[in-house]
Amino acid sequence: MKQAEQEIRSNIEKLLKQKKINTFIGYEKGSLPLRTSPCFVSSEKDISRLVWNNFCVNNLAVYLPRIVAAEKEKESFRMGIICKGCDSRSLVELIKEKQLSRDQIYIIGISCPGMLDHRKILSDIRIDDFIDVEDANDEIIVKLKRGERVFRKEDCLCEACLYCKHPVPAVYDMLIKAEQQLRQVMERDLTVNNFAKKPRQERWDNIEQEFSRCIRCYACRKVCPNCYCNECFAEQTNPSWLGISTDLSDVIFYHIIRIFHQAGRCVDCGACMRACPMDINLKLLTRMLVEEVKERFGYEPGLVPEELQPFATYSTKDKQDFMVEPE
Amino acid sequence: MDLSQVKHDRGAKINEDFEPKILAFLCNWCSYAGADLAGVSRFQYPTTFRVIRVPCSGRINPIYIIKALQNGFDGVLVSGCHPGDCHYISGNYYARRKFAVLKKFLEYLGIEPARVQFSWVSAAEGARFARVVKQVTEDIRKCGPMTYFRKNGKSVERMS
Repeated sequence: MKQAEQEIRSNIEKLLKQKKINTFIGYEKGSLPLRTSPCFVSSEKDISRLVWNNFCVNNLAVYLPRIVAAEKEKESFRMGIICKGCDSRSLVELIKEKQLSRDQIYIIGISCPGMLDHRKILSDIRIDDFIDVEDANDEIIVKLKRGERVFRKEDCLCEACLYCKHPVPAVYDMLIKAEQQLRQVMERDLTVNNFAKKPRQERWDNIEQEFSRCIRCYACRKVCPNCYCNECFAEQTNPSWLGISTDLSDVIFYHIIRIFHQAGRCVDCGACMRACPMDINLKLLTRMLVEEVKERFGYEPGLVPEELQPFATYSTKDKQDFMVEPE
Repeated sequence: MDLSQVKHDRGAKINEDFEPKILAFLCNWCSYAGADLAGVSRFQYPTTFRVIRVPCSGRINPIYIIKALQNGFDGVLVSGCHPGDCHYISGNYYARRKFAVLKKFLEYLGIEPARVQFSWVSAAEGARFARVVKQVTEDIRKCGPMTYFRKNGKSVERMS
């Protein structure tokens, strides 16, 4: 980790000196324990703020469409960004959707060891008890006012990282190799399978229960790299699709549509679920669409920049077993 | 159409008396003409459908379908030209991909698959249109009134 961090810093220094990039987006130490914040570096004196550790969870691709749109006038503008596997796949989807052009960004890819969920570590630790955290290869040592606690990294992986199949970026200008992956190779994520097996009524009741916690803060939308619409359907007034109250039907309506908009584009980075202040299990829905699109169209987003998105193309041989065929 | 007019008999149970309200999106070039032909040919079919004419089945945004269910319809049918016959060459092919995933997604969430249906009906298939209406109506009648996703049914506060 430390070695990769050094490598990132020295590379950025070089790139900034050679004026290959104007600004770089990376991570810095967060204001809360076990967190990092996105960090924008445009001069050499800020480089020392950059960090790389197991808590760099944020999907930084979310910033690019807005920044690049704002700097469109400057012809030589080039943005540097550090990308884990999932971030680079988000970027590829944004490039496909013409929100970015490849030559406006310089991607420093980093093979991701798997990120840790601070909620899993801090679940029974009070924040005012916390002093520092230390990285010891396979373990995380949390130093507290009263002694210290040791966590195995494998036990604290983020939900999205547990079954990650693409930790190495698909597209990059420079690749930094970090140490090996933490995740145990699990065969398959059974969340979707197990949920689909439940009876219909139980499924709907679960969905209602899950979304009844939603406070409509729209954090899931804000952190999603795919949610870049200037005007979201949730705020349209003519026609106004949904009310702004916490009416349960409206809440579920919002989530169904927002997540369905991700079908065939979602890389399952898990940013929405991590951002949710109410711990709503959004993965239950996003994961289903990822699996369905893969099964039906054999498409996995974010891997090949030249490939068309499944809903941007068609085949005359698509299955139509779901259509009404009257006797 | 004023959607607030579509109201249910709250006491309606799942039985023969229940007449579902079904919203049909028919494409201008095939299914709408097919429905017209069914009428002109005097085929008998249930009066459960409220039709909205659209230029193409590819014009249907999933938001329309879900909004209809939320606003009190018991089911939605989208019907367009047969594959290869689209007036706009490929609109129904794009629609087919969208609908396939949407239908599976709604089923996964716990909405009966019968409530959201898709069909191909050409302008010459009046009889087929009548059969589609009959079958879809029967399917949705079995599901009973759509109550659980209706707006103002319950609020978040009451749930939690």
